[in-house]
Amino acid sequence: MNPTRQRRLTIVIAILVAVIVASALVVYALQQNMNYLFTPSQVQAGDAASYKTFRLGGMVKAGSIQRGGDSLKVTFTVVDAAGAMPVEYNGILPDLFRENQSVIATGHMDGARFVATEVLAKHDETYMPKELKDAMAKAHAGKRIDEAANQDKQQL
Amino acid sequence: MANWIPLWLHKLSSPPVFYRFAGVLRPWAIALAVLLGLVALYGGLVLAPPDYQQGDDYRIIFIHVPSAWMSLFIYGVMGVAAFIALVWRIKLAEVVAMASAPIGAAFTFITLVTGSLWGVRMWGTWWTWDARLTSELVLLFLYLGVIALYHSFEDRRQGARTAAFLALIGIVNVPIVHFSVVWWNTLHQGSTIKLLGPSTIAPGMVWPLLTMMVATKLYYVASLCSRARADLLALESGKDWVRQIAENEVRG
Repeated sequence: MNPTRQRRLTIVIAILVAVIVASALVVYALQQNMNYLFTPSQVQAGDAASYKTFRLGGMVKAGSIQRGGDSLKVTFTVVDAAGAMPVEYNGILPDLFRENQSVIATGHMDGARFVATEVLAKHDETYMPKELKDAMAKAHAGKRIDEAANQDKQQL
Repeated sequence: MANWIPLWLHKLSSPPVFYRFAGVLRPWAIALAVLLGLVALYGGLVLAPPDYQQGDDYRIIFIHVPSAWMSLFIYGVMGVAAFIALVWRIKLAEVVAMASAPIGAAFTFITLVTGSLWGVRMWGTWWTWDARLTSELVLLFLYLGVIALYHSFEDRRQGARTAAFLALIGIVNVPIVHFSVVWWNTLHQGSTIKLLGPSTIAPGMVWPLLTMMVATKLYYVASLCSRARADLLALESGKDWVRQIAENEVRG
């Protein structure tokens, strides 16, 4: 390798290393505050206290969905591994919204209640036919397959 | 012993040799890409069973995910070519890097549009600023920046080297896109197909996905061959081998 190429190689690699180090530091710094959502236990621990509006993420607790008789108002409880939070929402819910489904609600705290202005459904990375899911659910005998599949993010 | 590989690569980097090689490769690549693409579409849209949660709506995965893989893969190829172009000033590397950018930008655009269509049906929103979506959008801007920078110079080679620099620096975004769903809480779900560990998709659904992946790779090869051939002719327009081709065209 001649000296010119040697020099160019050194310069390019040095710049590349500098850029990688810089972005690694940025990514590391953002780790703290670039989270898209807070889980109920994080909110109860006070992590979201500095935000007026934030996103709450977790699973819809089975049997907690209550719809208003004459309006779009709906209340439900969002849970994670260690906490639970009642949510109130007035609007149209996405098709995937159901019990034991991961949801992300945007809104603010009103006392101990979370008042949502937008509710999004999150789906997991598992894809399988319905028959297979039914068979697996039977094999697990009472164990909820949705819970197993949805636990990936709630652990974080 | 195995020094025929560097020798062959060295020979291939000569513009006339690559021009002929790409001319032979291109029709095979495009034919196979179309064939496999049709098989994958049939497998994905007709044969694969509906998903337990998303029903038939999940079928957009057969376009969305292969496009997303290609958007990252092509950036990787472009980055490596840009590195070679900057250090060794090999003309073919500049051509490959610059010819890859529009193809990669197209795949990134398809990824964002199909993701948006999928998102509005499943999540309930067209767009949200989570880490995966945002970093993929940055990837599109990087591609567009490389294309714009390349074309803003009078001298093509000067433009290619400057744009190669941006392409090389932007490569840090590739792992960020890939790991964004691991590093941060995102609305976007994690990876389904894993190289390490079991994938979380039924076999009836995974084969069309992998077939489509091969088809998109072959399409990229074919498209790259066409673009690189045209760029080489333009760059080497004064050279004997190009004149030879031009004269043959006129006579033929």
